[in-house]
Amino acid sequence: MRFRAVTALATAFAAAALLSGCMLLARPPKDLDYSRTRASEGGHYRATIRPQGDSLPQGRLHRWTLHLETAAGAPVDSAAVTVDGGMPQHGHGLPTQPRVTRALGGGDHLVEGMKFNMGGWWVVKFRVRATDGADSLVFNLKV
Amino acid sequence: MRPAPLAASAAAVLALALALTSAAASITGARWRAQERETLRSLSLASLGPLAPDPSNRVADDGAAAALGHRLFFDARLSGTGKVSCATCHVPGKDFQDGVPLAEGVALAARRTMPVTGTAHSPWLFWDGRADSQWAQALGPLESAVEHGGSRTQYAHAVAAHHRAEYEAVFGPLPRLDGLPRHAGPVADTAWRGAWDRIPASRRDEISRVYANIGKAIAAYERRIGFSPSRFDRYVEAELAGRPHTAASALDRDEEAGLRLFIGRASCVNCHNGPRLTDDHFHNTGVPLPATSLPFDSGRAVGARQAVAGEFSCTSRYSDAKPDECDELRFAVTEGEELVRAYKTPSLRGVAERAPYMHAGQHATLGEVLAHYDRAPTAPAGHSELKPLRLSAAERRQLEAFLRTLSAPVAAPAVFLRAPDAAPR
Repeated sequence: MRFRAVTALATAFAAAALLSGCMLLARPPKDLDYSRTRASEGGHYRATIRPQGDSLPQGRLHRWTLHLETAAGAPVDSAAVTVDGGMPQHGHGLPTQPRVTRALGGGDHLVEGMKFNMGGWWVVKFRVRATDGADSLVFNLKV
Repeated sequence: MRPAPLAASAAAVLALALALTSAAASITGARWRAQERETLRSLSLASLGPLAPDPSNRVADDGAAAALGHRLFFDARLSGTGKVSCATCHVPGKDFQDGVPLAEGVALAARRTMPVTGTAHSPWLFWDGRADSQWAQALGPLESAVEHGGSRTQYAHAVAAHHRAEYEAVFGPLPRLDGLPRHAGPVADTAWRGAWDRIPASRRDEISRVYANIGKAIAAYERRIGFSPSRFDRYVEAELAGRPHTAASALDRDEEAGLRLFIGRASCVNCHNGPRLTDDHFHNTGVPLPATSLPFDSGRAVGARQAVAGEFSCTSRYSDAKPDECDELRFAVTEGEELVRAYKTPSLRGVAERAPYMHAGQHATLGEVLAHYDRAPTAPAGHSELKPLRLSAAERRQLEAFLRTLSAPVAAPAVFLRAPDAAPR
């Protein structure tokens, strides 16, 4: 009897989880790192993102400053940077095609065309090519 | 025999758990958690900021331009047959749409008429976003062979003959039009196109400028047509203020349950977000092909390219904006699988008054729309973003009940909601 009760309870919870599957899936993994300063995947660079106004607006075009430096801490002014991203849980990309439009000096770069059209977990990826080599920086964002 | 009691026990425990959850909510009276309250606030019309200026249209906020636009909007002389005005399909008494699956101008169009209300806030116009301003949008149907069916020189002649004083007061002197053919324009019609190509380039540019100004005047009029608060907005206002509800702000049990689904398990708010209940973006939601045989429609995949190449875009010679004031266009996604059969998320304000639904009126009722989202069928082309929701019939009815709370009259000066006296309809 006891075994059957436990099994029934487990089945009920499984059914409940299935019923509310969308909501559960919509929650991002708990251990995500939302730091605004990250090391690149290959360890060549460090970068800090500074969204205009410091917050991440939903549904509005805005600008970021991307600060880029070498692993040793030297600012990187001359770099080819591309921007990509999306919502991993929804399987779609960014609603816009943001670009680094100019270097501001001191390792800072202006990123224009950022937009997040939904609330939730977003990923923005910068691919950097500069004197220390090609590398990628990935930022998690909560909008 | 054992599986049957097991399933029965599971169902009983599940039912008990769900009942306890909803009972707890109603006993405490705490209907919305902090995060839900923020979501409600974000959906409320009170969160809609003041209308941003349109740098591409220097007369956007000019009263005389709006009055001219009002006359042009209702003027059926701006059509090939003399019988079709903007108001033919954008009927003011019907939330500026026509209630039929496919628009009927001088012939049958391939898409559903979109409402005008609140579109001054939209970065992209048309189902596929092929125009990036209200004025660029207004110019599309005028030269469409199935909508207004007229030509660019015809419209310049019509403005000179019937609206000269009002036009010149806003835009300055009209160019000389003598010797220009009655019909000529850069359209598919070969005779009209040939006539257009024979006009010297400098005169073509003058005519196109008059044409762009027709759009800018119509946009100045349309900018004044906005949303007014619905019962949902009054509900949110009272909830956030902790005030008791009146008949004008109360949602019944089903409507409230529908709202909870809308911002929760049904995930509607993913795309229908913000105070206009749209993310102003384009999504493939697996909408079926229309029953009527129409050319294949690839949605945003074509619309994005047309927007960027648009003769009357924000970066065009006819725009009043500086290039760096056209950021939506500058940073638009123009390629990729995600654009195939992706269509603009429509605002849900007033949605219950606007059957049929989708870009070619594929669904006759809100019930059909909700069944579609629940089922999440495979897209006819591209990939649908939807996942099956597994809603019950009762939950779909609750969602529909909530959507009906979003209806409200159009907010506009009363004179703008009827035909001006002098123009024939």
